[in-house]
Amino acid sequence: MDTKTWTLIIKPKTSSFDLHLNDLWRYRDLLFMFVKRDFVAVYKQTILGPLWFIIQPILTTILFMVVFDQVAGIPTDGAPPALFYLSGLVIWNYFSSCLLKTSNTFTNNAGIFGKVYFPRLIVPLSIVISALISFGIQLGLLLVLLGYFFLFLDSQIQLNYYLFFLPILLAMVAALGLGFGIIISSLTTKYRDLVFLVSFGVQLLMYVTPVIYPLSFFSGNYKALILANPLTPIIEFFRFSILGVGDFSGWQIGYSVIFTIISLLAGILLFNKVERDFMDVI
Amino acid sequence: MSQIVIRVEGVSKRYQLGSFGTGTIKEDLNRWWANLRGKKNYYFGIDESEHNNREEEYWALKDINFEIKQGEILGIIGKNGAGKSSLLKILSRITTPTAGEIKIRGRIASLLEVGTGFHPELTGKENIFLNGAILGMTKSEIKNKLDEIIAFSGVEKHIDTPIKRYSSGMYVRLAFAVAAHLEPEILIVDEVLAVGDAEFQKKCIGKMGQIAHDGRTILFVSHNMAAVNSLCKRGLLLNKGELLLNDSMEKVVNFYLNESDKGLVAQTNFEDVNQAPGNKNARILTIRIVNKNGVACSIVSISDVFYLEIIFENYVNGNLLTSNIQLYTQSGVGVLSTANWKSAISNVDQFSGIPLKKGKYRSKVKIPANFLNEGIYFANAILLQNSSNIVAFAKEAVVFNVIDSGEMRKEYLGDWLGVIRPKLVWTTNLE
Repeated sequence: MDTKTWTLIIKPKTSSFDLHLNDLWRYRDLLFMFVKRDFVAVYKQTILGPLWFIIQPILTTILFMVVFDQVAGIPTDGAPPALFYLSGLVIWNYFSSCLLKTSNTFTNNAGIFGKVYFPRLIVPLSIVISALISFGIQLGLLLVLLGYFFLFLDSQIQLNYYLFFLPILLAMVAALGLGFGIIISSLTTKYRDLVFLVSFGVQLLMYVTPVIYPLSFFSGNYKALILANPLTPIIEFFRFSILGVGDFSGWQIGYSVIFTIISLLAGILLFNKVERDFMDVI
Repeated sequence: MSQIVIRVEGVSKRYQLGSFGTGTIKEDLNRWWANLRGKKNYYFGIDESEHNNREEEYWALKDINFEIKQGEILGIIGKNGAGKSSLLKILSRITTPTAGEIKIRGRIASLLEVGTGFHPELTGKENIFLNGAILGMTKSEIKNKLDEIIAFSGVEKHIDTPIKRYSSGMYVRLAFAVAAHLEPEILIVDEVLAVGDAEFQKKCIGKMGQIAHDGRTILFVSHNMAAVNSLCKRGLLLNKGELLLNDSMEKVVNFYLNESDKGLVAQTNFEDVNQAPGNKNARILTIRIVNKNGVACSIVSISDVFYLEIIFENYVNGNLLTSNIQLYTQSGVGVLSTANWKSAISNVDQFSGIPLKKGKYRSKVKIPANFLNEGIYFANAILLQNSSNIVAFAKEAVVFNVIDSGEMRKEYLGDWLGVIRPKLVWTTNLE
């Protein structure tokens, strides 16, 4: 009788770095089932479901055009304001929905988590992938608007080869949103009141992200503050790739990449630590 | 020789009562700030005992050791709070043990609930895939079994309808169909599966038997003695977090039932005659419950007859005495009152309705098999003179437990309504 071939050993503590990634791979079908569920749920539940993804950025863009362009007169680096705001919003919306939706992973899924085991990381991963759907719709809207400005208004549109980096930019936005989201979700198992802080904090964060203004508008300490935000180079880069306006440098992108990797790793480690026995606390 | 598929070594689980921190950031930050300034126990400083209370520990499991061999059906029983669900949760990897180790060989799946993760907007078929994936099946595995699952569920017609339009019965059937087609090497089943309608339970129990027949291993947690007895060969008894017994299921069940007899009274003897219930006419000396072999016992099976006996002494020649028994359930519901008046009994009692000479008498009433429902009953014993004067009254003189033999449980394992459970005559005709 062999005694060495145990398939699973349940121990009180495993190494923080044992992320059981092979488990994650074994449950990959579940990841796509969750994505499909989110997709179907959104489309079936409301008539406005998918339409909402378009209405929200359109209305926000119009609002920004009135308030920040017309009234406040904040420049847009020479780009058409509608395109300027919408391009920032598309990225920002993806980030904020990744962050907000993953930030209540534990509290929202306590029911399932209490009844069956699967790698918990599947849930926030599926959220990040599901959010790509609304991102895709909004990106489509942006492209349509871009085409309109190019064909009918004869605006200067400078689509360039930087656009090929879009998947990498997206991956960074997703990783940032996911990293912070799971850090927050891990903390909310202990601190329930963090939930209120998060939605408010995200709102505030938008104002230190170049969504409604270009980075070039600021200088000195303000600029340093805005540059500390790892989303800043990503949005500037994205704007540059489609509108030809943007202010970023290699080291800023490098900072953003490193920041992203660290926050994602920290998030996964913390999540991994909390997931093992959060059911005792919640 | 079949190999060991689960080895549980010294597993303990500690829960902290109350909350770990204070629950809000504000308080924790305040505490942290206070500590920083050297003021210890900003929040707990006023009353140190409160601080201690907050960190009270509770051991849900204490040093549990056991092994399960391949193909075994192991029953785990115990009262509420014995640690059954903690053990289940650890085995299902929902939480981790505080100490100890569990080694598992083979794929393990646990069913603490059916239909976990079902989404109302998705169709029956989509939910099969979703639920199957949550339970650990791959898409191709589910695809291979899809037809089988749909056929088993009996909801073929509605399989493309969102399940929010399903009746609760259809919902459960679909959920169970998915669960039943899981093919892990080790299956952990919680007793929640045994509630629901009779058909569902029958299917559930039948499927478990079949799974075990295929050489797979099952852990079944329940406090339904009839169910564990009919399914499991070996059993574990947990009590207050400790493993009390690991033996054949029958022995474990018997031990458990005997253990749970605290407070049962098979016999009351009034040794000091002057203190015995009664007066100068007559006194009750002993009240007892005896089984069919004439042995006093506080536990009787539903499917066995038993007797309630009153032994009394008559002190006056010519007394006309009647023995009377009243039965109550544990919750105080009156079950019956019976007395040996000539017109109130179905046989002939030689001392019923005739003047008695001095001496000791033993009156007993036979309670038929398949008459009382399972549960705990109290009996009062009364002696009546001339049919109306109470001479002696012994309140709750015997307390006994009627247990389910499983004889009427071949189809249904859930709660059985009522204080009595007779087998009655049923006829069904074609109209």
